[in-house]
Amino acid sequence: MTSLPRQSDQRAGRQGDPPAAEVTLDAAALSTREINRSLQALPYGRAVVTNPDGRHNLAVGLDAPVRVEIDGPAGFYAGGLGKQAHITVNGPAGCGVGENLMSGDVHVRGSAGRSAAASARGGVVVVDGGCSSRAGISLKGATLAIGGDAGALCGLLAQSGVILIGGDAGPCLGDSLYEAVLYVGGKIAGLGADAVVEEITQHDVTFVKILAEGCGFDHLSPADVTKVVSTRRLYNMQNHDHGNY
Amino acid sequence: MSHTFSPEVIAEIQERARLGGCEVRGLGAKRAVPSFDDLLILSAGISPAPLEGTQERCDTRTVLGTRHAEEPVVLDIPITIAGMSFGSLSAGAKEALGRAAAMTGTSTTTGDGGMAPEERDSSKTLVYQCLPSRYGFDPDDLRSADAVEIVLGQGAAPGGGSVLLGQKVTTSVAFMRDLPEGLDQRAASRHPDWTGPDGLRVKIEELREATSWRIPVYVKIGAARVASDVRHAVEAGADVIVVDGMQGGTGAAQDVFIEHTGIPTLAATRMAADTLRRLSVENEVQLVISGGVRSGADVAKALALGADAVSVGVAALIALGCNSTSDDTGADVSLGYRALGTVPGSCTACHTGGCPVGIATQDDMLADRLDPDFGAERVANYLRALAMETTMLARACGKSSVHDLDTGDLVALTVEAAAMARVPLAGTSWIPGVTD
Repeated sequence: MTSLPRQSDQRAGRQGDPPAAEVTLDAAALSTREINRSLQALPYGRAVVTNPDGRHNLAVGLDAPVRVEIDGPAGFYAGGLGKQAHITVNGPAGCGVGENLMSGDVHVRGSAGRSAAASARGGVVVVDGGCSSRAGISLKGATLAIGGDAGALCGLLAQSGVILIGGDAGPCLGDSLYEAVLYVGGKIAGLGADAVVEEITQHDVTFVKILAEGCGFDHLSPADVTKVVSTRRLYNMQNHDHGNY
Repeated sequence: MSHTFSPEVIAEIQERARLGGCEVRGLGAKRAVPSFDDLLILSAGISPAPLEGTQERCDTRTVLGTRHAEEPVVLDIPITIAGMSFGSLSAGAKEALGRAAAMTGTSTTTGDGGMAPEERDSSKTLVYQCLPSRYGFDPDDLRSADAVEIVLGQGAAPGGGSVLLGQKVTTSVAFMRDLPEGLDQRAASRHPDWTGPDGLRVKIEELREATSWRIPVYVKIGAARVASDVRHAVEAGADVIVVDGMQGGTGAAQDVFIEHTGIPTLAATRMAADTLRRLSVENEVQLVISGGVRSGADVAKALALGADAVSVGVAALIALGCNSTSDDTGADVSLGYRALGTVPGSCTACHTGGCPVGIATQDDMLADRLDPDFGAERVANYLRALAMETTMLARACGKSSVHDLDTGDLVALTVEAAAMARVPLAGTSWIPGVTD
């Protein structure tokens, strides 16, 4: 059974902020290296990165319960390779937001580019808007919640964890899916190889309700989501299935 | 008898007709291709004069990752151990390889599936691979590594993802890879979070940021479109380029990949070195070559063609005991090979998990047949022998460092090798495609 994300960890800046000074880092005046070294050195507390202007690799590799606000659009890999930290992007995020996240959360208050939460192993990635293609690719235990639509190949090769799509899902949803579970609030353009729709249970409804509430997705009807899982037919190489790979 | 439809070809067609699938196997290409054996070393004569074998020092120290990393990898010898996964190999085999590398002052490399604790504990210098699958990829392991290697492909199967059949996806392997037990793992062939040269540049920067720019970033390519891939990797900011030629081994891949994709290590070495020179980064970006390196002669020839170091994979496994008739308890294991339909000396059944000598297996009883202490000693001996042979040849060329070997020290035995290595055909000054 899939575990629920911890409520207190879902949103940056919501509650329980450690009593530490707030640091402001102006990306217009600092290099990416200087910004990340400053963030990585914080044991706790808050930091705001101003003027990010789509800068790549902001707030990567953090490993402390800090709260970081990227105040504007972020480039690739915002919050990637992170543990414990709570990161908010006040704007859109580029490719690979929250990639390989281990714990903590990344909240995008906008839309996200390709491969959101790619290979993320823990924690929660929330995208208020839509996601481009391959969101949740190779997911390995994290939770990805998308408020809007998801592009093609969402959940490609997703191994474990949960993907919630508040809007519509694009073509090839859940292609080559393993044990991850996908919930879709809107329409599904098409399923990928080895993905199948499964009847939802009361447990699924409760789970989606709690997850959607925690993410602030009030446009979603938990009882009406479509659940997608793996048929597990491609788990072992069957000689005549090669066309499906 | 038809050459086109030889008995072997007929048997292969019949096998495909029976199975409706393709052969998956381990190790590397069996076909004969132009190789380092097709080159000869021009030892010194009157001028230059050779160095005295025992009295004049020949340096083997090798430094990798001088371009951007704050802490480059410093090795005692220019021979490293290539990436091989825990999963494909047993924990004892990984431990033995790590210890052998530490004993000889060189590095070893993780593989698909993450970093096993035994491997980190036993390895003094460990290169952490970042593969398309990202199985077990952990930022803590990344920070504990001495270098990170972004793997774009392997010589045995450039363009293809790795395969690990279900019999090797045991509880511990499945746990490390976040996969169900017993599943036939078919890893991705493309990284999940970037595509193209610009994406690689940003990915490299991300890994540097996560490691505070401390450790070198290697980029490994399967030798196919070498000049283009090396150029892209250099422009993306790689510190070290690892080029794995088509003779490189694998734990499991489709035979059609192993035998029919990529280019020989010989050709790839010269092509990669020339590309670095063309980009004027040959003193800034280091080149590591792998794929069928077996002897000190291979090492010397690779260095002469422009490599800074080599990696050994299959050869290290053979030193560890692969294809031996007996295991570390002294027991004859020939029956184990027979059960796999093969014999010692010809076994390529790594993919089955039934390795009779306990190397390419996740079966505890089989894994117990390998003693990591004995295995580490054998591999260390082998690496020392390679280093010794390399220095012997360098001294014979009058070189006080193995890194001073150059293409002027080589000639080719065949026209094909001369064209690929761009060195003269032996006894002539003719370099096909270069001189008239």
